[in-house]
Amino acid sequence: MTPLLEVEELRVRYGAVEALHGVSFAANAGEVTALIGANGAGKSSTLAAISGVIPARGRIRFDGRDIAGAPPYAIVRAGIVQVPEGREILARMTVEENLLMGLRGRDRSELASAYERFPILRERRALLAGALSGGEQQMLAIARALLARPRLLLLDEPSLGLAPLIVKQVFETLADLKRQGVTMVLVEQNALRALRLADRAYVMDLGRIVMNGTGGELLRDEGVARTYLGG
Amino acid sequence: MAEQLYNAIFVGSIYALFAVGFALVFSVLDILNLAHPVVFMLGAFVALFCMSTFGLPAGFAAVIAFLATGAFGIFLDRIAFAPLRRRGAPPLSAMISSLGFAIVVIRLMELRYGPDLTSYPAGSLPQTVVQIGDARLDALRLVIIGLAIVLMGALTYFVRATQLGRDIRALAENPRAARLLGVNVDRAIASTFFISSGFGGVAGALLGFAYNAIYPQMGTPYELKAFTVMVVGGMGSLPGAVLGAYILGIGEIAALVFLPADLAELRDALAFGLLFLVLVIRPRGLLGHRVAERA
Repeated sequence: MTPLLEVEELRVRYGAVEALHGVSFAANAGEVTALIGANGAGKSSTLAAISGVIPARGRIRFDGRDIAGAPPYAIVRAGIVQVPEGREILARMTVEENLLMGLRGRDRSELASAYERFPILRERRALLAGALSGGEQQMLAIARALLARPRLLLLDEPSLGLAPLIVKQVFETLADLKRQGVTMVLVEQNALRALRLADRAYVMDLGRIVMNGTGGELLRDEGVARTYLGG
Repeated sequence: MAEQLYNAIFVGSIYALFAVGFALVFSVLDILNLAHPVVFMLGAFVALFCMSTFGLPAGFAAVIAFLATGAFGIFLDRIAFAPLRRRGAPPLSAMISSLGFAIVVIRLMELRYGPDLTSYPAGSLPQTVVQIGDARLDALRLVIIGLAIVLMGALTYFVRATQLGRDIRALAENPRAARLLGVNVDRAIASTFFISSGFGGVAGALLGFAYNAIYPQMGTPYELKAFTVMVVGGMGSLPGAVLGAYILGIGEIAALVFLPADLAELRDALAFGLLFLVLVIRPRGLLGHRVAERA
């Protein structure tokens, strides 16, 4: 089976500094692929390059098509949708307007599916999104991305800055999406939760992939446990 | 008194049409478009061209002025702003670039039409006067006020209720989020310039009709006013710009009415003083967003 997403020799530089030194990995349809690693390992840069919001060299093949260098809106239209780090909700728009941004002009009746999954968003739909709590904003960001009908969902640190109880909720939502067959690439510092959810995982360090395996294999690996699982 | 209020609302409407376009570009791109007075002037001249060369009625000429200056706005962006944007130049460069563009166009227009006043063809503008009580109101201005309100209503609907409008707002608030959400940034920016310049152009045509006197520098006095109105209204807030515009219009006319004749020269000082006061009391402007809502 060819993977849905294949990244080969991805290189990103910020000015004179190269942040990604040739990253290669793949994500299969229907699976959760996790990228774990310390701060500054290049996880977020990898996702930003796939979404086309930072310039990169290398090959990015999605469903057999090379999308490297395509403008971000074309990548979204192709089906790669990102839930960015820090959520990036539109604080001056209402909750419902944020959801409409995901819908992009398609029929409003599709909003019902988002409200069904996250009833709290229905309650708050007329509020400015900036007034939501951090956890609610994360729900909004995920709901908004799902309304864009992703064939591949990229999640950048969805648990960052959230209270433990909310983190649990976020991962329950992700597990739910996995059961429904949503293909995901998950970037997380919470390696334990990420590896438990992931079918396959890659460990990144200083702009390179240093290890990969199934989620279970990496959970049992002593080096990974020592470095990323705090044990 | 009624006539003065009427004039204040008329002047405020022109300021508002001018200032919303100015504020729209600022809100989306964080740049001051110093070529905005040029589209204002071009709107008036496009209408003149349509009426004198093709004998079109004024209303139709105003529609063409809107479309032509809107298209010109996209051209202006391509020439004066897009190259700087691609290189990540600071907003100040964009300001200077648009100023240079403005001077070139104004000089070219002066070469063609001369610096002096030009009038619309005789008989092409309605001269009707409406009598309400003991106030004699110019019907043309009434139409212009109505049109300005309709246009601003349409703009509000556009930015609130259409996907392209939401795209523009998303881009204004958070360019990175907008791109990740699939906003076609080039298209949103081109639309922003089309609308901004179209509004500026139609404002110029309408002002030209009301005064029946147009000249290449006619937009210049409006620039500083639009800038002030925008800051007072709340940087980049469209309803704020409109509110500020009417306050300025009313303030100027009030100064004219209440100041003794020998102090009439102080009219701008009074109007701007009022706006200054607003800022002292409320630094983020009347309807501005709180700064620091995002970390």
